[in-house]
Amino acid sequence: MAYYYHCRLMPVDIDIGKVARLARLALSEDELNRYRQQCEVVLEHAARVQALPTDGVTGTSHPLPRTNAFRDDIVTECLDREEVLAQAPERDGDYFLVPRILDEQ
Amino acid sequence: MTYEPVIGIETHVELTTESKMFCGCAVGFGAPPNTNVCPVCLGLPGALPVVNGRAVEFAMAIGLALNCSIAHQSVFSRKNYFYPDMPKNYQISQYDEPLCIGGYLDVQTGSETRRIGITRVHMEEDTGKSIHVGEGGRISAASHSLIDFNRAGVPLMEVVSEPDIRSAEEARAFVAELRGAVLRLGVSDAKLEEGSMRFDANVSLRPKGTEPFGTKVEVKNMNSLRSLQRALEHEIDRQAALLEAGDSVLQETRHWDEAAGTTLGMRSKEEAFDYRYFPEPDLVPVEVDDAWRDRVGEAIPELPAQARARYLEMGLDPTAAGLISRDVAFGAVFEDAVAAGGVSQTVANWLTGEVTALLRRSETPLASSPIDGAALAELSGMVDAGRLSASAAKDVLAGVVAGEGNPAEVARARDLVQVSDIAALEPIIDEVLAGNEEAVGKLRRGDDKVIGFLIGQVMRASGGKADPAVVRGIIKDRVS
Repeated sequence: MAYYYHCRLMPVDIDIGKVARLARLALSEDELNRYRQQCEVVLEHAARVQALPTDGVTGTSHPLPRTNAFRDDIVTECLDREEVLAQAPERDGDYFLVPRILDEQ
Repeated sequence: MTYEPVIGIETHVELTTESKMFCGCAVGFGAPPNTNVCPVCLGLPGALPVVNGRAVEFAMAIGLALNCSIAHQSVFSRKNYFYPDMPKNYQISQYDEPLCIGGYLDVQTGSETRRIGITRVHMEEDTGKSIHVGEGGRISAASHSLIDFNRAGVPLMEVVSEPDIRSAEEARAFVAELRGAVLRLGVSDAKLEEGSMRFDANVSLRPKGTEPFGTKVEVKNMNSLRSLQRALEHEIDRQAALLEAGDSVLQETRHWDEAAGTTLGMRSKEEAFDYRYFPEPDLVPVEVDDAWRDRVGEAIPELPAQARARYLEMGLDPTAAGLISRDVAFGAVFEDAVAAGGVSQTVANWLTGEVTALLRRSETPLASSPIDGAALAELSGMVDAGRLSASAAKDVLAGVVAGEGNPAEVARARDLVQVSDIAALEPIIDEVLAGNEEAVGKLRRGDDKVIGFLIGQVMRASGGKADPAVVRGIIKDRVS
């Protein structure tokens, strides 16, 4: 990692606080700084790849020469509800409970 | 200034497959909350989606019914956004390579038919369902929300129209036509009130006669055809008033408030409007060759537009033809009744008039009511043979809907069978003629109009059961 920090070619800005908020992660100042640096390296790499001339290069989002991997329309067993709801930060009866979603204008 | 509305509609249709789009959890309305969930549709780490092949065929059927071309290759993409009803924080959808492209739907309003372009039909997965807790269940007034993930991952088709729609009424007709097509295909139950068919509308205004589009507003939260029309009428008026006052329309999303009859601007707490679409790495492309496409195409049944054309040829008026062609149950009963000898326009009038009103009052769907093709054919036959008057036929219909038996039984039980027996009618007629000498005199002098009055008197004296045609004949005989 250290190597990459020293050869940053394409500075990339990231609002790490916003990303953390969206992901509902409570991060300390130290963590924010650390993750900002790490994410910047990733983004830089993406920017470097993006800058390459790719005219005439076929996309490789699906590198396997496979299509039509389907399953039959058959019902299979589901998870136990108690097990599922046990993963939730908050629940109300049989539902997941989440904070309010929208504000009125 | 006169403004012209420019409307495009995005319709979401849940498919009635057995299992979800990418996992084997059951699809079905009304299951206990959070029971039809698994690692795939809950977005648990490491879970991998697999496409439901039947859902692809259903989607193709919709595309073909809407005259779209089917892409030889289409791919799934991730649409990234943060919302509590999206467990993965992305929705698997289709983006730049959808399954169905470029079709149209012919839409009838009144006697006019207009062709509305279809931009695309693509496959995606539904989200979970949120219940907003707090004042009136409104999202904006909620203190918190409850999430049920049973619906997350249910196969969902999005049908995007071109901005070809020019009025609220036409928007309603478009959705009604689309719903009729989907129902006839049997790929969705398209229940608006249960949300298995939902629609959003993009509305803008432009001065009539000009080309450029105005600023568009997205209107959401309409859950009936009536509320779609009302919401759009309201939004068109709102925008016209803004423009008329020299103000500009703000590009935004507005929610229809059914109770208040207005649209309300909403502001999302999140700002992630960039969906960062990218190809779904967990799913390989869908490839459709001509043979597969043709096989699906051949299985497509008669669609509302084709049924409507056939009904018009049978002599139905356009309104009745439109209503019956869009409703599978009505179409089936109508066809059965005509096949069993019912007079087509008579049967159609009953279905779209009296039967619809009776069913609405008793809150029974046609399919589970005692009204069927045989009953309507029998009733039509009785009217034709002069055994029932038109008004008595309505009473009989009410009796049949109420479960009192078949038309003949109801007519007998309610004492509605028309008297066309001359011997039975003659004494009543003679009595009426004797009591109305002045009218009889007029009729003798050639004043034909007065015969209607005399027939009316006989009808009254017979308790409405006399056959007016027979009565007319006897009166004419007597007076000439």
